[in-house]
Amino acid sequence: MKKIEQKHILIPKHTKLSDKEKADLLKHYNIALSNLPSIVKDDSAVSHLTPKADDIIKIVRKSSTAGQSIFYRVVVDA
Amino acid sequence: MEENYVYKKVGSVSFAMLSPKIIKKMASAKVVTPELYDKEGYPVDGGLMDVRLGVIDPGLRCKTCGSRLKECIGHFGYISLARPIIHFNFIAIILALLRITCRDCSKILLPESKIQQFSEKAKQLNPADTRSAIKKLITQSKNNKCPHCKARQYKVTIEKPTTFLENDRRISPIEIRSRLEKIPDDDCAFYALNSNVARPEWMVLTVFPIPPVTMRPSITLETGERSEDDLTHKLGDIVRINQRLFENINAGAPEIIVEDLWDLLQYHVTTFFDNDVAQLPPARHRSGQPLKTISERIRSKEGRIRHNLVGKRTNFSARTVISPDPMLGLNEVGVPEIMALKLSVPERVTEWNIEYLKKFVKNGPKKYPGANYVIRPDGKKKKLTEDIIEATLEELQPGYVVERHLMDGDKAIFNRQPSLHRMSMMCHQIRVLPFKTLRLNPAVCFPFNADFDGDEMNLHVPQTEEARAEAELLMLVQTQLISPRYGLSVIGCVQDAISGNYLLTKKDFKLKRELAVDLLASVGITDFNELPKKEIVSGKEIFSVLIPPDFDFVGKSRSKEEPELIIKSGKLLSGVMDKNNLGEGSGLLLRNLHKKYDASFAVDFLGKLFRLGIAVLLKRGFTTTIADTDLPPDASKKINEIFASSEKEVQALISQFNSNNLEPFPGRSARETLELKISEVLSRARNETGHIVAEYADDSSHTIIMANSGARGNILNLAQMAGCVGQQALRGKRIEKGFNGRTLSCFKKHDLGTEAHGFIKSSFKKGLKPAEFFFQAMVGRDSLMDTALRTPKSGYLYRRLSNAMQDLRVEYDGTVRDASGRIIQFSYGEDGIDVSKSEGGTISIPRIIQSVK
Repeated sequence: MKKIEQKHILIPKHTKLSDKEKADLLKHYNIALSNLPSIVKDDSAVSHLTPKADDIIKIVRKSSTAGQSIFYRVVVDA
Repeated sequence: MEENYVYKKVGSVSFAMLSPKIIKKMASAKVVTPELYDKEGYPVDGGLMDVRLGVIDPGLRCKTCGSRLKECIGHFGYISLARPIIHFNFIAIILALLRITCRDCSKILLPESKIQQFSEKAKQLNPADTRSAIKKLITQSKNNKCPHCKARQYKVTIEKPTTFLENDRRISPIEIRSRLEKIPDDDCAFYALNSNVARPEWMVLTVFPIPPVTMRPSITLETGERSEDDLTHKLGDIVRINQRLFENINAGAPEIIVEDLWDLLQYHVTTFFDNDVAQLPPARHRSGQPLKTISERIRSKEGRIRHNLVGKRTNFSARTVISPDPMLGLNEVGVPEIMALKLSVPERVTEWNIEYLKKFVKNGPKKYPGANYVIRPDGKKKKLTEDIIEATLEELQPGYVVERHLMDGDKAIFNRQPSLHRMSMMCHQIRVLPFKTLRLNPAVCFPFNADFDGDEMNLHVPQTEEARAEAELLMLVQTQLISPRYGLSVIGCVQDAISGNYLLTKKDFKLKRELAVDLLASVGITDFNELPKKEIVSGKEIFSVLIPPDFDFVGKSRSKEEPELIIKSGKLLSGVMDKNNLGEGSGLLLRNLHKKYDASFAVDFLGKLFRLGIAVLLKRGFTTTIADTDLPPDASKKINEIFASSEKEVQALISQFNSNNLEPFPGRSARETLELKISEVLSRARNETGHIVAEYADDSSHTIIMANSGARGNILNLAQMAGCVGQQALRGKRIEKGFNGRTLSCFKKHDLGTEAHGFIKSSFKKGLKPAEFFFQAMVGRDSLMDTALRTPKSGYLYRRLSNAMQDLRVEYDGTVRDASGRIIQFSYGEDGIDVSKSEGGTISIPRIIQSVK
């Protein structure tokens, strides 16, 4: 898969959550991992984080109405 | 009703094929004859209507399960096919299997090593793709010998719809079946088949299940004749041909005859499953109408799923043509009395309302307002008729329910299709009116997208208190005022109401006080204290009576003299009312009113505003005439001058082009540059005529008033009527289609001039020249076609979107989730803002703080 420039302004910031953050997130929304939207492990936006399945990726996007919008995705195997 | 339901959650659903063994096991009768009934009219034993297959006649008992009509769900039967028949729906899989297995040993055509390699990869593949992936590997290996038994392989092709060929020689279904039988169980998993429930050879039928009679009931016609279901006809064909095939084989008939019958049987079985196969002529009735077989029953809009399972029908609903009535409130709907006699509302009898309800019962079903049914406490429903009214009146006591006629003030849901947004279904208050159409205030046309050229609308009457409360709280017109799409009012003044308010609020509008009071009274205002106590009042003062005294607003108006709209302490000080302020989907006046006061005030205000506008026009008189488009002589002279100069300009450009002196724009050819320049000159000419028309137009003429207020039409339309129609464009270009080198035969070849390419110099009032008329018709046809083609496309797109998103909702924590609790968005629309409660999608905190202070 093609490597992409992570610092490009059009690419939202992707970060991996720590175990504690992960637990907090699941508790906050009262959900299981399967209720989160998913992202494929080797998606070019996250492959540089070398994620494992069941990791949670935090995505911070720019939004014209909210300024900043936060989104979470759970990593899945292809 | 018994309350011993068992609740289960569906864990998984699996699909499987019926094996011959299962078909025989689930059958309760073997069908051996195509006959249906004997001479006495009884079903023949072993026939297609065998009594063991279920009951469809009242009074009889099922021979298999012993239950009566409607209790017995029916039972399958079966027939043994004389020769195997390929199941049409599995053609693709059969072909794939024949191609990837050895014709001799039925093993996969790959050496062991490759199989190992592939089985790793296969796990990640979509089961549907595995077979084609294997096929790809085999073609790559280019080996036409089986790696296991070294048998030579041949190319398998398919001759649609159901014949398989190998080296142009036909493979009989017997042969196909025997090859599929030999496929080892272990290989099946490889081909994405579960050999326990789906052996490949089951795709070739040897026994055929006969569906129960309950799914193909016959209808008894008035003449006493029986008319059989399409499926029964088809099954009759199958059984008959199967019988003949069997006899012919036994009698040792020549192979050609047997094969012909075999093909015929294949045809009948195929059309039994699907009568819409591309290469097969559909099986027909004697009348020539195609039979509706299994897949036609399920498929498409009229099929079982979309018609019967997803589609629902309701009682207590009505539909007719709509017509306007501005004297109704915005949240009212006029219902014809005939409808009110049929639609009813159940009302429970209590100690306190018994006398009130008795009045309805007394009137009976034919006299309005009466009642149609009375329900006793034990649940028995009694239809009221003239002769039982007396008895019912005696009997009526608390606990009974009276279904009384629809009355003024009842709530109902009013709807116009296509229901594209939530404003397409709104709750209205009933007003029972004479005549035969449903009536609505023209101001609510916009959210419904209705007009009165023959539109019909639906009315639904909620039948329980819960439903009524829900409709009132969530769907009443008031609650739908502000659009969730762009946060502005979807309901505003239209047409005459705008013109009227425009005239009223213009500077020079003056009225005697009595007349002003008269005007306001006709609108429904009773308090005239707000009206200044002087001999003559201005229009603005009259208008201000409607505005609440503590309302302030600053905005824009379309008038050149008073570009600023100022409302201070409920008085309109400057500016005129026009579409920008009163119309739907524009202006902040309505939204601010809605926000400051409340929804019912806004609706009430709008209703008064609407009636005021119309009342002004009624008093003043308002019409439009062709004379409004008359131009004074010097205006016509100016227009002609413009045409002459632009014509000259265009000619100069053309001669420049012809002598290759035209400087092309960057990235354009000289020809394209010419087109661009000509278009520019012509559109300038048209705009200038527009300006002249606007300049010379009489501002007090009614046509101009409509255009200026935004009620209907604009200056451009007027310019087209008075000045010139302008350039007709096809796909963004001047018209170029037509004959070789020219658009019409009345022009010279390669004429680049204005008239030869669709510039219409004439005005609509003057009338178009033949060539001009033709160009206009071309463009008119083109745009008509465009809309006709676009509507169904966007309709389908909408259907897919709404089906995909119908179970999404915003949870209490602000997330958007689907029915199974999966998160779709973490905050609704990224920002969690309800647009209908915001200002254009944003929430202004400073303003909130200010308003609290």
